Amino acid sequence: MEAIIGSLYTERHMNNTHTPMPTPRKAVALISGGLDSMLAARVIADQGVHVEGINFYTGFCVEGHTHAIRKKDRDKDKRNNALWVAEQLGIKLHIIDVIEEYKDVVINPRHGYGQHLNPCLDCKVFMVHKAQAWAWMEEHQFDFIITGEVIGQRPKSQRKATMPLIARESGADDRLLRPLSARNLPPTLPEKEGWVDRERLFDFHGRSRKPQIELAAKLGFEDFSQPSGGCCFLTDKSYSKRLADLWQSRGRRDYEFDDIMLLKVGRHLRPRPHYKIVIGREEGENNYLSGYRHDFPTIKTISHKGAFALVDGEVTDDDLRQAAAIVARYSQGRDSDQVQTQITRPGQPVCGYIVTVAPMSGDEIPSSWYV
Amino acid sequence: MLDARRLLCPLPVIRTQDRIAALTPGDRLTVYCTDPGVIHDIPAWCRIHGHIVIECRETDDEIIIVIEVGVAALNGNSTTTVQSDKG
Ligand code: SF4
Repeated sequence: MEAIIGSLYTERHMNNTHTPMPTPRKAVALISGGLDSMLAARVIADQGVHVEGINFYTGFCVEGHTHAIRKKDRDKDKRNNALWVAEQLGIKLHIIDVIEEYKDVVINPRHGYGQHLNPCLDCKVFMVHKAQAWAWMEEHQFDFIITGEVIGQRPKSQRKATMPLIARESGADDRLLRPLSARNLPPTLPEKEGWVDRERLFDFHGRSRKPQIELAAKLGFEDFSQPSGGCCFLTDKSYSKRLADLWQSRGRRDYEFDDIMLLKVGRHLRPRPHYKIVIGREEGENNYLSGYRHDFPTIKTISHKGAFALVDGEVTDDDLRQAAAIVARYSQGRDSDQVQTQITRPGQPVCGYIVTVAPMSGDEIPSSWYV
Repeated sequence: MLDARRLLCPLPVIRTQDRIAALTPGDRLTVYCTDPGVIHDIPAWCRIHGHIVIECRETDDEIIIVIEVGVAALNGNSTTTVQSDKG
């Protein structure tokens, strides 16, 4: 017993009399904002380990954006779930911007995609690897990494066979601990060294959420987030369709941060292979899109309220006239004979030029144009 | 001063976190934002890291948050000090 208690501590820090001052072992927990990672972090913190959270911002995270953009959603609770979880747990949370590095995960996943364009397995390897690189840094010196993964929870990325693969490919090896499924997996270093008591870890498996809900109740958590599809937009069917369309239209698989943000906003229509229109669905989206007026040609209806759009692609004046007739359909002038629109190209005076169009009817817009 | 206007959450929080990492306790940072999500997120981030929100003001088109760097921020291995900016 003595040996176990002794090993729970490290002599990492010395006091000024050079007597070793024991400090608890340190674990960094990947915090997504969902229930599983919250429970995993808490279970380890309850064993006397110093836990801090880490959260990666890829640009595809569901958190916040659409709420911030859409005016009708602005009154909803806009909390960032990862921050909220950290606060409930009383731990620090470090949010890391991985937008640039993450591109390679999305564009070239070694293990392929899930149901849509979600590269979940590569994503997990990437995140554990990044967490490890951060955790082992001289100024951080963490001892191990925790995730909320549960065997069998997700058909592709959370299977018994993928657990060792993630540990191996990330480089974390036996310093990667999944407290919720640990007893279904070989003992990791923190368990073997006695930094955590394996008997107080769990053997959850399968798709059922019941064990997690019961544990949450036991630990006194009443309010928590349970995203059904996954933690990012890449698991969303229509979002993935838009991303695939972007790649196809450009003839190459890449993206900039603004591209993936714009895919979250508005109605997207591609009337010709070489251009796409993004039409705001309400005032908040129109305002957001207007922030890109220096980067794209824009169309705004001026005789009638309601529509602002960006045009993405190399467009002629004829293309813009066609786009204006489509945009007019989504304004309050949709049933009028004519709608005045203002078209502005980047680098031209903001007042642009006025084009009067007949709004396209619903029949003239084939469903294949909707992206 | 940190200009986080036109950035959507969590980017204003990340920029604030990265800027504060280079400051010392007692320093103040004024963050200018436009995403209303920061009204929740920046104070929440400050509370868990032991920084103090001195002021959180909303004008017609922006949100201004003044933060004082807390002492707990430097002591990475200590128990987190949670401070509230509320009253
Ligand atoms: S849902 Fe998104 S963030 Fe979550 S593991 Fe899959 S790709 Fe990564």
